[in-house]
Amino acid sequence: MATYYSEEHEWVTVDGDTATIGITQHAADQLGDIVFVEQKEAGDDFEKGDEIGVIESVKAASEIYAPVDGEVIEANEVLADNPGALNESPEGDAWIYKIKLSDASQLDDLMDLDGYKALIG
Amino acid sequence: MTDAPKRTPLYDLHVELGGKMVDFAGWEMPVQYPMGIMGEHKQCREKAALFDVSHMGQVILRGENVGEKLESLCPQAYATLKEGKARYGFFTNAEGGIMDDLIVSNAGDHYFVVVNAALRHQDIPHMRDNLDGVEVTEIFDRALVAVQGPAAENVVGELCPAARDLKFMETTVADINGTSCRISRLGYTGEDGYEISIPEDKAVEVSRAFLAHEDCEPAGLGARDSLRLEAGLCLYGNDIDQSTSPIEASLSWAIQKRRKEEGGFPGAARIQKELAEGAAKKLVGIKPEGRAPARQGIEIQSTEGNTIGAITSGGFGPTVGGPVAMGYVAAGHGAPGEKVNLIIRGKAQPAEIVSLPFVTQNYKR
Repeated sequence: MATYYSEEHEWVTVDGDTATIGITQHAADQLGDIVFVEQKEAGDDFEKGDEIGVIESVKAASEIYAPVDGEVIEANEVLADNPGALNESPEGDAWIYKIKLSDASQLDDLMDLDGYKALIG
Repeated sequence: MTDAPKRTPLYDLHVELGGKMVDFAGWEMPVQYPMGIMGEHKQCREKAALFDVSHMGQVILRGENVGEKLESLCPQAYATLKEGKARYGFFTNAEGGIMDDLIVSNAGDHYFVVVNAALRHQDIPHMRDNLDGVEVTEIFDRALVAVQGPAAENVVGELCPAARDLKFMETTVADINGTSCRISRLGYTGEDGYEISIPEDKAVEVSRAFLAHEDCEPAGLGARDSLRLEAGLCLYGNDIDQSTSPIEASLSWAIQKRRKEEGGFPGAARIQKELAEGAAKKLVGIKPEGRAPARQGIEIQSTEGNTIGAITSGGFGPTVGGPVAMGYVAAGHGAPGEKVNLIIRGKAQPAEIVSLPFVTQNYKR
């Protein structure tokens, strides 16, 4: 399994033609205390760049943009009852979606961990 | 704003404490510290928090009958404000809108006024132009620090016993660590606490002395906003502005009986008419039923789907444990318990009108 990163501070861990996506610890730290996550439902499809959710912190609302084309297989239900989990383990238990990839070649546009670390400095 | 943001006397202390600095009304202020907004909010509700509010305008008024003259600009009964007392009020315009809200204290040989940071440039000339025979002096060499929360009396009182004797909305001058400070028992969080005006060269020393108390931690503007929202207190620019009247803003409690009856302040015609007949809209508390925060600008609809108003302040209330908001609804709406819908990202989310405040005010009366 390989993990990719987007400039919108999302991670994508690929397993065959499916992937798990979420936001990075850096993004969660910047957002501050997260109090609400709005998610799409299983079966919803989307294209790269589409708004696929909203994360509200005590400070402000931030959109989640799709890093690749795909279809939602599962939205992480943990976030509905415990949005603060996104602050605790955004790169672990508090993933946002499991998705089916439509076009694996889009992964080539994303960064690896070194590239992402360079982005956030 | 093209000028570089200004820094308060506590700037270096904020940076040392890990404050995340943002530009607010032309001032570089901490929005939060490493504890985070949620933690700082709870710190203030449960123990005590220290806020730098030095960006606010501190003004001294000297002259004959200052209180009486202030009544020509404000609908408050400042002529009868007793020495050692502070009173919330506002400047009204000729149309009965609110120009700014403020706190006026009768300090004996002068009056002490605190106005909003963003409106210093408006309020100071407004007072200079309209208060005949009153010397209006804006103070630039004093910090203003708020210590708020149930432990504030101990945090401040251990350094300054005189602070313990003050009741809510009382003010005095006393020494803290050998520095003469103006101490007022009031604030903007719904909790007991003080605002303390300190000479700028002693501001860091006195603030450090408060922070040395085990129950006191620094808090930023983020927590200040969520605290005042839960306490149902208006924020100028969000909930009140030049177009909203005090009656619309549910601030008739802040206009004393004599002034309501006699008038004699800018916009009295509209305000007295609204007192008698009701206003076209009113500010109410709104509790969303779900978890999604309803922020400023969100449309409020009746359950029949008609637009009846908009949210003016909204967010997450850490003490409430869910979203809280305030907004205006049209006359005929706004009774506590009324169900409404909030249009958040195109979807109607159920909410209920509630009485303000969201949390019980904890003042030392």
